[in-house]
Amino acid sequence: MATSTVQAPPLKEYPVIPILAPGSMAASKPYAASEKMNEALGFPGKLVDQWREKAIGKMGELLRGNRGLRVFLDACVHCGACTDKCHYFLGTGDPKNMPVARQDLFRKVYRRYFTLGGKLFPKLVGAEDLTESVLEDWTKYFNQCSECRRCSVYCPYGIDTAEITMAAKEVMDSIGVGQKYTNEIIGKVHRIGNNLGLPGPALKNTLETMEEDVKEESGLDVRFPLDEKGAEVLVVTPSADFFAEPHVFSLIGYAKVFHAAGIRWTLSSYASEAANFGVFIGNQEQMRLIAARVREAALDLGVKRIVVGECGHAWRVAYSFWNTLIGPFDFLDSRYPVPQHICELTYDLIQRGAVSFDREKNDAHVVTFHDSCNVARGSGMGGIPRGQFIIPRAVVRAACNHFHDMAPETIHEHTFCCGGGGGLLTDELLDLRVKGALPRMEALKRVVDEHGVNFMATICAICKAQFAKVLPYYNFDMGMIGGVHQLVGNAIRLGRND
Amino acid sequence: MSFLTIFYACLFYAAAAVMAVGLALKIAEYARTPAPLKIPTTPAPATRAGVVGRMAREVVLFESLFRANKWIWLFGWILHVALALVLVRHLRYFVEPVWAVVEIAQPFGVYAGFAMLAGLAGLWARRFLVERVRYISTISDHLMLALLAAIAASGLAMKYVAHTDIVAVKAFMLGLMVLDWQPLPADPVLLVHLALVSLLMAVFPVSKLLHAPGVFFSPTRNQADDSRERRHVTA
Repeated sequence: MATSTVQAPPLKEYPVIPILAPGSMAASKPYAASEKMNEALGFPGKLVDQWREKAIGKMGELLRGNRGLRVFLDACVHCGACTDKCHYFLGTGDPKNMPVARQDLFRKVYRRYFTLGGKLFPKLVGAEDLTESVLEDWTKYFNQCSECRRCSVYCPYGIDTAEITMAAKEVMDSIGVGQKYTNEIIGKVHRIGNNLGLPGPALKNTLETMEEDVKEESGLDVRFPLDEKGAEVLVVTPSADFFAEPHVFSLIGYAKVFHAAGIRWTLSSYASEAANFGVFIGNQEQMRLIAARVREAALDLGVKRIVVGECGHAWRVAYSFWNTLIGPFDFLDSRYPVPQHICELTYDLIQRGAVSFDREKNDAHVVTFHDSCNVARGSGMGGIPRGQFIIPRAVVRAACNHFHDMAPETIHEHTFCCGGGGGLLTDELLDLRVKGALPRMEALKRVVDEHGVNFMATICAICKAQFAKVLPYYNFDMGMIGGVHQLVGNAIRLGRND
Repeated sequence: MSFLTIFYACLFYAAAAVMAVGLALKIAEYARTPAPLKIPTTPAPATRAGVVGRMAREVVLFESLFRANKWIWLFGWILHVALALVLVRHLRYFVEPVWAVVEIAQPFGVYAGFAMLAGLAGLWARRFLVERVRYISTISDHLMLALLAAIAASGLAMKYVAHTDIVAVKAFMLGLMVLDWQPLPADPVLLVHLALVSLLMAVFPVSKLLHAPGVFFSPTRNQADDSRERRHVTA
């Protein structure tokens, strides 16, 4: 834990755009990755000689390979539309957390080395040499962006700060300035198969324990199969689902859905991770390598469908990128979407009457739904417009009697990040995470006060872990956070299919 | 042939060439650069036709900006619509006979000149009055507003304060296009107006004015949400 104190800002009745507090988050910086962690991913272990030249070279390479980056760096007119959209800015007031200012940390270097105006008149156009202090700013403020893309919804040119953050992290990784949390975890996936570093035998034990627990609770043999060849469905879920609370309750929920619907499913010890931190560091090769495990596992197990569990960025990678990275999926059943989200699967079963609920079992819960940023702004569900908003809510409503949405400007594509996404879910950034959660906490407080909401459902492992940690700082109970399939698991009717 | 005429003729050729070549190169660069992954931002349409609609709303109505901030939208939209009307009005200097639509636009074009100034004033005021926007503003942001405001003001000055011989100006412009140079009136306001317009054209491909072609190439706006149905691959 860093030396800085963790301070939650006061919750206000109405959201207020903060007064600028320059430098207020200048102390917030993640731990640097060790040489071993960087090298495991093929990056230089530590800051390379001639790092400036190499960084500029890498920038050029990225510019040639990514149209979005090029357009985003050229097109900004500094209109200010994004300045009050970032949860980290709203929670900290640090002006470098305004999306445009964050982009400008990278853009000023782009201008200096890649544009005529910046080469000739740097001061005029706000161009700057890549100096040690600029690099220092990058390590701080590109690790204060959760790549949630809220700003890109509002930008008149669709400039996506996440793409710029990813590019900056790519450049930093390429010169040996890696971030510990993300790079260490990616290494674990390569070595062991999941973010938690849970090896196959431990996973098997965990699943057996879960089977016993569910048997005790329900008297039924709800199975948690691992590596079962010939299963119809391969479920790929964030490894937190095997281990952490409240995540495990959602895994139990998935198992009960499959049990109730009579679908043969399996988990894989080789692809025991849905999360893909390759996206957080903007490295397409890492993203592809991590995703490739899923393809291999699906082929190896001979499944017909791939279903992704409750994980926000994983769903974005799966929905938007898998087809490009590890497709085509011509070996899978084309009657189902590839990949399919667990909420899509459950929703479909509900629609067909294949599963049903005793809703009153959830009557203790007055529920709201937190749209996770990657699901909301970077994916879809059900092949229908806004399906990613409709379907999880429909599943919640099918399983619960009491549901209230938060304020419209804080949900759907306007949703606020939990404050822990993008590879920032690490203890040394806790102060940032707590402050970044402010806008969501304010919206939550309103439904708590008005409707007595006591449960916030979400479909993202990072959201769950982040909220469990930061809710108490705002005087909420950490048990308020849970998964959609946790509610499903509470209320679904099991036993014989009739 | 006066030095002035030759100077301005050359200036316009140079400015037009820089703008045309510069923009062509930039657009070619955008078009050639691959978009490796599907990154449309919600609400993303599922079809190409839907994308055309979304882009049209973005370009004509500034849909995203409207959702972001009503003041910026108001000033920005007024500026751009006014600028479009002013440009249409100015077509009368470049075509003979004058098209009907250009003729209809004449009176609106004059009001648009004032609207343009109003929009610019609003945007400029934000750069001073709103702390967040003040923080992100660079010198070039102010200079761009100053340039556009000076162009609008000098244009309006010729309409209301110091008339110039617009028949001669038209002859000069038409002549430029067929390499048959005609004398340009030596009115100071006109010379300032034309010099500033040349400057605007010349900086277009190397400044933030690139937002104009850029928006069409923005992957968060121009990609369809069909990644599961259609495999997106770039070379």
